[in-house]
Amino acid sequence: MTATPLPAAPAPQKDRSQERQKAMLAEHFARLAAAPETGAKVVYTFVPGNLTELLLSFDILPVLPEINALQSGMRQRSREFIREAEKRGHSEDVCTYVKCDLGMKLKGNVGPTGDRLPNPDLLLLSYTGCFTFMKWFELLREEYRAPTCMLHVPYQADGKVTPSARDYVVRQLREEVIPALERITGRAYDEDRLREHLRRSAEAEEDLVRVLRSARRRPSPIDGYFGAVYYVGPIFSSFRGTADAAAYYRELREEVDERVRLGLGPVTPDGPMGPERFRLVVEGPPNWTSFREFWRMFHAEGAVCVASTYTKVGGTYDEGFRHDPDRPLETLAEYCLGCYTNRSLPTRVDVLCRYMDEYEADGLLVNSVKSCNSFSAGQLLMLREVERRTGKPGGFIESDLVDPRYFSAANVKNRIDAYLQMIEQRRRGAGA
Amino acid sequence: MVAPLNADQPAAAGAAPLQALVERARALSEDVQLEAVRAWKAAHPGRIAVGSLPVWAPRELIHAAGGLPVGVRGGGDGVEVVRGDAYFQSYICQLPRSTLELALDGSYDCLDGVIFPSTCDVIRNLSGMWQLLLPGKYVRYLDVPQSLREDLGGRFLEHELRTLRDELGQLAGAPISDDALRASIAAYDAHRRAIEDVYALRAATPWLAPSWELYLVLRAGDVLPVEEHTAMLREYRELAAASGRPMEDQARVVLTGAFCERPPLGLIQTVERSGCAIVDDDLALGLRFIRGDVAPPPDEDPLAALARAFLARGRRCPTMFLPDDAGQAKGEALVEDARRAGAEGVIFAAASFCDPALLDQPMTAKAVEAAGLPSTSFKYAENTGQFQPIREQTGAFADAIKIWSDA
Amino acid sequence: MRCFVGIDLGSTTTKAVVLDEEGAVLGRGITNSRSDYDVACAVAQREALDDARLTLARRALPALGRGAPDEVLTPAAQEALLRRLEQRFRLAQHLVQLDLLGAEVTAELPAVERLFPGARLGPAIAQLLEGLRAEAPAQFLGGELPRTFFRDLAASQWARGAQAAAVPGERPYEALLGAFDKAILKVEGRLFDLGLAAVVGQAVGDLVEAGEIPGGRAGHVERALAGAVAAPLEVAASVGTGYGRARLPFPKERIRSEILCHGLGAHIMFPRTATVLDIGGQDTKAIQVDPDGIVTGFQMNDRCAAGCGRYLGYIADEMNLGVHELGPLALSARKQVRISSTCTVFAGAELRERLALGQRREDILAGLHRAIILRAMSLLARSGGVKAELTFTGGVANNPAAVAALRQLVREGYGEVPMNISPDSIYTGALGGAHFARRDVLAGAAA
Repeated sequence: MTATPLPAAPAPQKDRSQERQKAMLAEHFARLAAAPETGAKVVYTFVPGNLTELLLSFDILPVLPEINALQSGMRQRSREFIREAEKRGHSEDVCTYVKCDLGMKLKGNVGPTGDRLPNPDLLLLSYTGCFTFMKWFELLREEYRAPTCMLHVPYQADGKVTPSARDYVVRQLREEVIPALERITGRAYDEDRLREHLRRSAEAEEDLVRVLRSARRRPSPIDGYFGAVYYVGPIFSSFRGTADAAAYYRELREEVDERVRLGLGPVTPDGPMGPERFRLVVEGPPNWTSFREFWRMFHAEGAVCVASTYTKVGGTYDEGFRHDPDRPLETLAEYCLGCYTNRSLPTRVDVLCRYMDEYEADGLLVNSVKSCNSFSAGQLLMLREVERRTGKPGGFIESDLVDPRYFSAANVKNRIDAYLQMIEQRRRGAGA
Repeated sequence: MVAPLNADQPAAAGAAPLQALVERARALSEDVQLEAVRAWKAAHPGRIAVGSLPVWAPRELIHAAGGLPVGVRGGGDGVEVVRGDAYFQSYICQLPRSTLELALDGSYDCLDGVIFPSTCDVIRNLSGMWQLLLPGKYVRYLDVPQSLREDLGGRFLEHELRTLRDELGQLAGAPISDDALRASIAAYDAHRRAIEDVYALRAATPWLAPSWELYLVLRAGDVLPVEEHTAMLREYRELAAASGRPMEDQARVVLTGAFCERPPLGLIQTVERSGCAIVDDDLALGLRFIRGDVAPPPDEDPLAALARAFLARGRRCPTMFLPDDAGQAKGEALVEDARRAGAEGVIFAAASFCDPALLDQPMTAKAVEAAGLPSTSFKYAENTGQFQPIREQTGAFADAIKIWSDA
Repeated sequence: MRCFVGIDLGSTTTKAVVLDEEGAVLGRGITNSRSDYDVACAVAQREALDDARLTLARRALPALGRGAPDEVLTPAAQEALLRRLEQRFRLAQHLVQLDLLGAEVTAELPAVERLFPGARLGPAIAQLLEGLRAEAPAQFLGGELPRTFFRDLAASQWARGAQAAAVPGERPYEALLGAFDKAILKVEGRLFDLGLAAVVGQAVGDLVEAGEIPGGRAGHVERALAGAVAAPLEVAASVGTGYGRARLPFPKERIRSEILCHGLGAHIMFPRTATVLDIGGQDTKAIQVDPDGIVTGFQMNDRCAAGCGRYLGYIADEMNLGVHELGPLALSARKQVRISSTCTVFAGAELRERLALGQRREDILAGLHRAIILRAMSLLARSGGVKAELTFTGGVANNPAAVAALRQLVREGYGEVPMNISPDSIYTGALGGAHFARRDVLAGAAA
């Protein structure tokens, strides 16, 4: 469900941080490509509820099929991959991330850098916030015949982390996940190394939150949705807890601080954005097959996304959570439990209302994606609730993650235009 | 096979009571507005009625609280959906739409609370929608474990069940005692046996207990107290067994994938009339989710026994993850069930947009194919009105099976 | 005089509305959207401006004899004159287009004949064209003016004539039709200029001949009328909207979303409008507006076209009926069949199945109309419900069974809510656009 576009995609900010991210990713994929020779162990896992620090402490290389799928979407390959999976009996109705990933596997498993991805030594099924993850790895298990380790993260149905849920996750970490990692690597669990990585995670998280919160300013120096999917890339994927990630976020924070000092708005793939006219909060993942075109529908109208929930699927750091090196397994459990789509609908409504308020937004826009019921089921009610509580207008558009058949540019633009014009009209009142 | 000579004769003495029973079941299964529940509550003042969505919920706990467990299963093809549609995009299945419609039109006012088991993302999110739309109503999201280890998943489930037990006790006004829970487990063990007996009759002699009838009888269990429903099942079994209905030469099939949103009755009838005898299915799976008895020995904690039974003997339906060492993949389990029921083919019938069923299907279909069982598949919605394409499809499937088995 | 234009570029038709300085409607124009949107817009606008000139003529005529009683035309004569003017004008337009058609068909002939070896179409086509031309005066100068676009009018006549003229091998029916199909696309892409002034003389002459206008006054009336229709109309501002608005030949700031235009247009037509339901061919919109006609919320149907006008089109095709026949038939139902799915993909199959089951066509249609309106009710609920007053627009608002179903479902869900339907509802978006154009200019002048 998450984001780490490679720089092959349009880069929003050709800054030093961007260059660094590019280098980090290139290096990571090179290591993956070399894994069959180096003997490095490879674990496939998911973004929400990922256990990167723990994997790093075993020198394991993570592969994130969600990110491969979104990359395939951005590289315009998803259509053929999805078709391939549907040819094998997958329904048109189901999640296109899954079908895109399966199709990629069936077509040779060539990753975004053109290198073949190594097969998994373990499928680490962090089942957080989405039932489809479970099916996804059951399907991959059949493809790769790889061992699968389930980490069941209970849902935060009542809006809080219960001791029972935390205990359940910690015990699974201790009794299922760590032994599985020990088995494939032949190494013992090293808690001190884990603590070290967790400490670096917390550093990076601090900087990321500062960057995301910069959007509270007028004009916002960043786009908190389209731009921020790049910012959350390293921390949502294979880099949380690395020195590289800490350096990346330090650099990014400095760059954004500088934009604030200069009073600059966001940079888009088409250059610096014009004057800020609309401030929006966005709920739901973006569409990847027409990402750039989609973003343009906003920035060309002077609309900046000041906050988004999608950038919280891999962790809700802006609500104060930090990985805590002093409670290594408990902190990982709390992290998993706290991911955005693992939150109840009333909690999600609260988060959105808070964003509307804190980021002084003009309205809430929901991009409802067909693939992701975890996000989408109930969004129309959430929209109505937020409208009711904030008095600000809501907008609703529909698309898909990586299925180009479900992105109608004319249709989406039609609604965005109507929505922005409505905000403008209401602002100007009857005379306009 | 040769049809008995009396094929055209009405089935003698048993016909009228059987027909009466089926008509009663039909009325109850069409009671989506829960009139029967309202009547029960009027007759039992002060007692609670608690609904649960598919697939599995521990109805024993509601029963032990002196309450009436109610199956919340959508509106089928009997409800006009307006407000329910207002909250769901076109790519979401039908069940939550009609369920919400009924909740918003007051049909569920007679429910003191609703349990939402962790079946899929849609039902999960529906629990939150319930909280937002019906404030003040008791809502319990029941997370069932995906770790089947007793020390991990078992412990967690036990805790979840304990929470539910406490809350239901509060709702009912008195804590649930172990003795009450034991008695309820016994009542549901009897119920499970009664269902399995009917299934066994149908598997052996499908012409005596046609599936459309069985389907109505099962669905009556959504609103009937368990004791009454057990009695109905037993009576149905006896009447059907003695019905003397003529044997029919039909293709024997398993219908799978319909464990949550329910196909309309017409769809089951269509499949049967096209020449298929359904000898096993996962319709109303929640009622027979746990295989075998749950009742623990007298010195054991009944709640722990319930949790253990779920882990060890819960059906491996698409909402469950099976660990590597489960011994048998889901497809193989389906093949085994099919063999046991003497099925000659498998019909995959999934609700449109049902993620668990549709994502599982390629895997299970592969196993079915590897086992040499023919299969066919279609999708439906609870309000599907078009049966002609399905009739053609399952009719051709039945013909193919017969040609194959005669060859 | 200054005027303001709104253009609504829809998927099937393009509409234009012209307003005067005070915001009153001067004229309306409509054409099929065809393949070339620029031409469609130009044609619609031209028609609206011509219509505006007729309005100006209508305003001018009563003043014709001011100060000279013997020069006054009776109201009946005024009406007859205006009517004749319009008839003459439409006929002249039709003849111009027939000329264009003739030229294009002739140009296409060699290509078409290559496709049908042995075919010699020239004489038959000349005869067909002659036939169309000969029929024209009766079509336009008789009673009611034809309400179809040139394309459809000519096509049906052509098809009839071709059927009569066809000889297998030498003049195959398909070849004759093929020549028309190729040519009509080009004709529709051509703009031609024909002012009302050109037919003023004919119109007046006709009425003199009919004894409606005294011969001695003819010159005077003609001069006055020619002056009125030739009055300079300066388009001070125009605003474009509609499904194809991104393709409008307008600068960005002159383009408004159809939602806003629809909301404002409905408010202008019915000032107490609070909720607007628009069911068009391709989509359905539910819009909430404030007392000034400003949109406060809206919802549109998703990518699935179920429940839109197009769905009724499929049903009509399936039943071999015209779309306009569906509603009246549905109203004659004795009972209503419950239809659960309004999926366009399955519409045909479901229909055939139900007919095969022996259900009455009328009863099925009644169920279908209810099903469509049920979808609209969901969309209305999604947008914030139905508030008084409700204005129903779009092509489906012309369908009496759809209107009846909407009334009933609104009553069931929201109680008594006054409902407005305008005979001009197809112009709602263009009307809103024109008012935006006017407001923009007035606001600019004030600033």
